[in-house]
Amino acid sequence: MKQQESKFQDAVDWYISGFAAFEENLNGGSQLPFHKLRKKAVKKLSENGFPGPRDEEWKYTSVAPILGQAFGLPDAPATESSLEIAPLTFEDADRNLLVFVNGSFSKGLSRLTSQAEGVVVCTLSEALQNHADLVNASLGLFTDIGTGGFTALNTAFAAEGTFIHVPDNVELTDVIHIVHIAEPAKPFVVHPRNLFVFGDNTRASLIETFHGQGPGSYFTNLVSEFIVGDNARVDHLKIQQESTEAFHVSNVNVQQKRDSVFSAVNVDLGGALVRNDVNVELAAEHCETHLFGFYLGSGKQHIDNHTFVDHAMAHCFSNELYKGILDGQSKGVFNGKILVRQDAQKTNALQSNKTLLLTDDASINAKPQLEIFADDVKCTHGATIGQLDDEALFYLRARGISEEMAGAMLRHAFISDVLEGIKLDAVRQNLDAQIIERFTDVKSDS
Amino acid sequence: MSTEQETIEQFTNTEYKWGFTTDLETDLAPKGLTEDTVRFISAKKKEPEFLLEWRLKAFRHWQQMQEPDWPNVNYPPIDFQDAYYYAAPKKQEQLKSLDEVDPQIRETFDKLGISLDEQKRLSGVAVDAVMDSVSVATTFRDELKKHGIIFCSFSEAVHDHPDLVKKYLGSVVPYTDNFYSALNSAVFSDGSFCFIPKGVRCPMELSTYFRINAANTGQFERTLIVAEEGASVSYLEGCTAPMRDENQLHAAVVEIVAHKDARVKYSTVQNWYPGDENGKGGIYNFVTKRGICLGDNAKISWTQVETGSAITWKYPSVVLKGDNSVGEFYSVALTNNYQQADTGTKMVHLGKNTRSTIISKGISAGRSNNSYRGLVRVARNASGARNFSQCDSLLIGDRCGAHTFPYLEIHNKGARVEHEATTTKIGEDQIFYCNQRGIDTENAIGLIVNGYCKEVFRELPMEFAVEAQKLLEISLEGSVG
Repeated sequence: MKQQESKFQDAVDWYISGFAAFEENLNGGSQLPFHKLRKKAVKKLSENGFPGPRDEEWKYTSVAPILGQAFGLPDAPATESSLEIAPLTFEDADRNLLVFVNGSFSKGLSRLTSQAEGVVVCTLSEALQNHADLVNASLGLFTDIGTGGFTALNTAFAAEGTFIHVPDNVELTDVIHIVHIAEPAKPFVVHPRNLFVFGDNTRASLIETFHGQGPGSYFTNLVSEFIVGDNARVDHLKIQQESTEAFHVSNVNVQQKRDSVFSAVNVDLGGALVRNDVNVELAAEHCETHLFGFYLGSGKQHIDNHTFVDHAMAHCFSNELYKGILDGQSKGVFNGKILVRQDAQKTNALQSNKTLLLTDDASINAKPQLEIFADDVKCTHGATIGQLDDEALFYLRARGISEEMAGAMLRHAFISDVLEGIKLDAVRQNLDAQIIERFTDVKSDS
Repeated sequence: MSTEQETIEQFTNTEYKWGFTTDLETDLAPKGLTEDTVRFISAKKKEPEFLLEWRLKAFRHWQQMQEPDWPNVNYPPIDFQDAYYYAAPKKQEQLKSLDEVDPQIRETFDKLGISLDEQKRLSGVAVDAVMDSVSVATTFRDELKKHGIIFCSFSEAVHDHPDLVKKYLGSVVPYTDNFYSALNSAVFSDGSFCFIPKGVRCPMELSTYFRINAANTGQFERTLIVAEEGASVSYLEGCTAPMRDENQLHAAVVEIVAHKDARVKYSTVQNWYPGDENGKGGIYNFVTKRGICLGDNAKISWTQVETGSAITWKYPSVVLKGDNSVGEFYSVALTNNYQQADTGTKMVHLGKNTRSTIISKGISAGRSNNSYRGLVRVARNASGARNFSQCDSLLIGDRCGAHTFPYLEIHNKGARVEHEATTTKIGEDQIFYCNQRGIDTENAIGLIVNGYCKEVFRELPMEFAVEAQKLLEISLEGSVG
């Protein structure tokens, strides 16, 4: 192997220089077993650095804007936040609410109303103290800190996040909603770290939302791990509405066990530079995976979605649909990889990526990839790039609908099949209304 | 299952039918690659100063470059100093008729089934036969001359038409383009040159047969095709190579220039030695092929049937510069045993209303790996650009791999780009259907695979289509999915 030269050395040095201070502030947290992994991650980060343009996985996304700023960890909040939380929730759908403001857990804004027996829903810092066995058994197991730089960075500074443990045979009837709010008084970086462990025959639904309040630059560097037990069903919805100056890098790693069903919907509405990685390992037979996503880009946004579906075992099914609408000077990147390993016979894998370009300044780089090592499989992928259908527009115009409205209707129709992937009615309707609103007044910046 | 396994093994054991060598005394350059080697080749070919300069520039650039490691192929590192860069059959006087051709070489061609005189009389195909870097015979020259078409070996073109060579050489694939094109630019030995003047429609299909003969000699072909305004030509390239143990490096460069309203169709059947059933030997085929539609309404079409070579690394591309220009790519790539193929195309849309079509059919068997890697780029000003890509993979056996790496880079809202890919195996029901009708499994597979490739074979000229179909059948003998 060629020795790769270290990349973005200044940024690496900057982050590592903050590690000692971070270590001191852990209040004895550095004695816990997890701290070993943190130290390993620091080492990996200093060895590998951050991805540069020659990294195939980062070919179309330059991380220079993120690393150009020296983000520090946010100050601990002096008082409870006085934020109005209601507009950010989905009313009665949210009976379990965990709120993080600038990376810190806000007890006043959170509420946990329903918990079945044996279920643990708490912050990661609490879990590291009180549920050490459960956490240590799984934390960091499926996240590769050797690639990408940002995952190592998160692991090094991981202190807060959400921990959920659902024991075998428990069905959570209520949704768990995790809200991340950023109020950037000054630029900062947060490294939320989530660990979700679902036992056999469980059922759960999670919503994670990210909100930016007010102007200002900040950086969210998220890592989530899901362990989905035998015959478990887990739904995950992530809605990213960071401020237009914010950077958002997220890395979601999922391991599925036998007969499990995992479905994820990934919505990107905000952020200046966004990179989402979703890695799913179908580690046993008869798994089912659904990955949906849509992104709306405008202004100078850069939105990069990477998905990796790893079919390791036979008789699994995966389905993926990502759609994007790019306006203004926004840039979209889609990279969808399906790997079918030699043992994964009878795999059925589908992938589709569709993009609408609304202006000549918008651009999309799409790379749908298939890597197949088993012969008895059905794998397809498709990618299309185009614009709004003139004939459909004309049809609507001929019926007295304004051009603006007609465009909004068509765009809405374009993403509707992804929205259908959201199973909770209240949440879908709420999001739908927001999107329609955005479509009807987004015109101004194109 | 056991019979299936057996037939797969049988298939895997099918030997390269056309492996043989001819003993010819060859005139070798000293082993290794230095500036002196480059000068030696240039002097040997009595080249003008500008070409030597160009070669040296390329060589110096090549020295700065690193071998690419991004393709999805594995091979031991190549020692570029441990190879001969020039080999020419000793007898080299100018030949006027086929009778003067070395009988041994004639025999070789006969074994290949392309007996020159027969071809000359029957098929109406002009053959510029290349054996180890130096053209030994060229036919139909006179007839082509009547139309003002120049079709000759590259060395002759350098002497007889230096202005044309100077003007177009490196204009599509500059020596700085990539590692292997730089290497080729420095040490290319010979190749074909083809020039179709304004408004001329080439009356026959032009064809070159390539062969690699002397052991341990990398062959560096250079082909240049220029079609002036309104001209059209169909060019065939086909190859087979004798059985050899040591890997042979082949790094060719093909450049096509199509001016306004010109049409160029370039077809390839490649069946070089793929190595034995254990992956030993075989040819490394690292080729740069690119065409440019310079003027409006020009069209370049690539059709390839790739069944040979241990490693194929090849992306015939089209740069669509003129408005309304068209690029096409039709490909069948078959890999067996330990063969590796990383092939595909690049369509770069620069002009308005440019269109491109990509149809790629990959077939992997044995322990081979077959990758499609393609790029469709629509530049900001290429409004109305249209692309359709389809890449299908067929897997035979459970030890092989099929991969697709399409890149779509779209910077214009008026572009419509569609890409689809599928991976499947031959359906048991299809084979059963054939069996029921008295077609044995082996033939059924040949039938199904040929049907699967039909879309590409349809694009091939008649003679090639027949050859390609036979080739696939031979390569697929005994295979069961």
